Amino acid sequence: MMDTFAALAHGMAVAIQPMNLLYALIGVFLGTAVGVLPGIGPALTVALLLPVTYKLDPGGSLIMFAGIYYGGMYGGSTTAILINTPGESASMATALEGNKMAKAGRGGPALATSAIGSFVAGTLATIGLAFLAPWLVDFAVRFGPEDYFALMCVAFVTVSATFGDSPVRGLTSLFIGLTLGLVGIDKLTGQARLAFGVPELLDGVEVTTLAVGLFAVGEALYVASRRHHTEEKLEPVRGSLWMTKEDWKRSWKPWLRGTMFGFPIGALPAGGAEIPTFLSYSTEKRLTKHPEEFGKGAIEGVAGPEAANNASAAGTLVPLLTLGLPTSATAAMMLAGFQQYGLNPGPLLFAERPDLVWGLIASLFIANCMLLVLNLPLVGLWVRLLAIPQPWLYAGILVFATMGTIAAKPSVVELSMLAGFGVLGFLMRRFDFPIAPVVVGLILGPIAESQLRRALAISLGDPMTLVQSPISATLLAVALIALLAPFVLKGLGRFKANED
Amino acid sequence: MFRFPLRLVGAAVALTLAAANPAFAQQLELKLMAPAAPGGGWDQTARSMQQALVASGVARSVQVTNVPGAGGSVGIAQFVNGAKGDGNQMMVSGFVMVGALAMNKSPVTLEQVTPIARLTEEIQVIVVPANSPIKNAQDLAAAVKADIARVTFAGGSAGGVDHVMAALFAGAVGADAKKINYIPFSGGGESLAAILGGKVTAGISGLSEYEGQIKSGKLRAIGVTSEKRIAGSDIPTFKEQGIDLVIANWRSVVAPPGITPEQRKTLSDAVEKMVKSDAWKEILKQKGWEDAYLGGDAFADFLKKETARVTDVLKSVGLVKS
Repeated sequence: MMDTFAALAHGMAVAIQPMNLLYALIGVFLGTAVGVLPGIGPALTVALLLPVTYKLDPGGSLIMFAGIYYGGMYGGSTTAILINTPGESASMATALEGNKMAKAGRGGPALATSAIGSFVAGTLATIGLAFLAPWLVDFAVRFGPEDYFALMCVAFVTVSATFGDSPVRGLTSLFIGLTLGLVGIDKLTGQARLAFGVPELLDGVEVTTLAVGLFAVGEALYVASRRHHTEEKLEPVRGSLWMTKEDWKRSWKPWLRGTMFGFPIGALPAGGAEIPTFLSYSTEKRLTKHPEEFGKGAIEGVAGPEAANNASAAGTLVPLLTLGLPTSATAAMMLAGFQQYGLNPGPLLFAERPDLVWGLIASLFIANCMLLVLNLPLVGLWVRLLAIPQPWLYAGILVFATMGTIAAKPSVVELSMLAGFGVLGFLMRRFDFPIAPVVVGLILGPIAESQLRRALAISLGDPMTLVQSPISATLLAVALIALLAPFVLKGLGRFKANED
Repeated sequence: MFRFPLRLVGAAVALTLAAANPAFAQQLELKLMAPAAPGGGWDQTARSMQQALVASGVARSVQVTNVPGAGGSVGIAQFVNGAKGDGNQMMVSGFVMVGALAMNKSPVTLEQVTPIARLTEEIQVIVVPANSPIKNAQDLAAAVKADIARVTFAGGSAGGVDHVMAALFAGAVGADAKKINYIPFSGGGESLAAILGGKVTAGISGLSEYEGQIKSGKLRAIGVTSEKRIAGSDIPTFKEQGIDLVIANWRSVVAPPGITPEQRKTLSDAVEKMVKSDAWKEILKQKGWEDAYLGGDAFADFLKKETARVTDVLKSVGLVKS
């Protein structure tokens, strides 16, 4: 333990060298900028910067990459809250409540709770990275396909939190998403499914294209169609621009719970950032004292997922640094960055280059502080965006969404899909179907399917493998309880009512 | 807000290039397509070529474009149709594309492009967890022969080099390759976790990907696929252990169809000069890639043979319907 502190202190000394501070600043600035634009993610930015940083020293450029990574997670939430356009899929849960808050004139507090929540979660998770990494990675490696499948079952149960009022409509949306998830090459047999001979569809439907199409384009079309009915007046600020005492009180627990979801799941090799954000959202929805506000702009629904999102970013660094396992596209680019300097992340890196590893971890703390300083003053500026007349604002959103999609995948098919999903999003809004379950289905469906089939292939088709692993058995039990508890409680309630 | 940083990057690139670039740089301005998303092996190959071509003064500028999709199927289709006859364009390709094109029933094939050169290769390895009872390639061969379905191999995507290698291993030890139990994972990361966690019998990947784990003793390498033992390495080859399994994940560069012999010569000469440059050698060392330069007709020949071999294996495991 003391060793860790000493190493961290040493790392701090490396990180606060003026040049390294500058690299961190460039990193968080670039990261925030690319996070705001849908389509251009941190991975692409790091890829573009790799050749440029070739001449820099390894410590400095890795610190910059880490800044981009954290910054991207901050930036994605800004557009999610303000204009209902998640910059990346991990910000989708944030858009659910955050945008409702912004429309009610509470954009300021929503941005603030997301910035501060990200800071709290990022800091806690970085502490976790420093102290728990070796232990956590042993646990993460023990997660087999059957355990992932069980985790997906838990996630599926929690999806219902995003359904809104009607379970039938929610399930319909979910199944649209699951169907979209089938498109492309089947991971286990290499055969194409639902691709209709279009080569661009072989890789499946891109989550960001679907999310941007449904959320941003769909919303723009819907607003345009309603324009002659009622002029919806957006008030940029109603009440305080900053978080009130009440907001703080309602935010701090979701921050901590979000961190608890984000960090360990982010550390799993196939965990990702989306699943913890949804787990956090549904947990907050269940625990809140203001259930009537959910769906209309509850601050807990922003605070929790945002914290989970950032904590998972730190979690991803656990397998990267300790095993050399890149578990996200950005982590893979950072691995390439390490290799550029002849460094091999893995069990030996901590021993061979402690200055570099601890310098990186220390600079994550610094990047986090910088992001808070960079983002909080911007809140006032960002919410002004909502004062732009609606036709201008939504035209801007359309340009923004299209540009981001083209930047990520320059192809006609991709753009047609964006337009198609936009129309779908419009129709779903028009006929009152929830849109989040579609995206959730697309994310969870393929993971659940391939992990289940992997587990069964390894066990030679014996389904008992799903309950023989203690992790999987526990998770399945949790899923079952979460699924049945509402019915049982309702039944008990009725029973009591009868007795009276 | 967004434009400024990118411009800054552009300026920085221009500056670095200008600094590294001697005044006698030629007029060659190339466009290089990586038929994959940023970050993967092909993208890294393209960006490394960009770096070496410019730094060594072979080309004045090189522009890398990414066209991701379906193991290169989308990229090659765009390349063959869009760049036809253009002597200033090239595309990175490799082993994985051969299998992907066959499996996706792509209307465009590698026979249509103009081969320029094979550039690099990565040697493949089979590993087992440190506590596995399997100590060497013969132990694994015995297990495969005893009950092939119970031996699970973890590796990369279906039909990729790892999958082909599993089938070749089974065939080489006299088992029925059709029955291999191969579990594809997306990316080396996930499969490594499955191997370390003891979920599968053995793992297949490029050697560099597992090197750290092998050195730290968490994984045991039971054989590499090179012809001869790698200098300074104590991992035996499969050939040494009496199993005829030689395969490498090669990457190459090709030109569009319909270019003139002069254009082909210009491109081939440029690539040959780049391969001999110090900048390229430095990159190979950093990335752990083996120099596998093979130019001209020899490469065209190799490409034909490798395509036939891979297609045969994929047919035998049922991924390609004959």
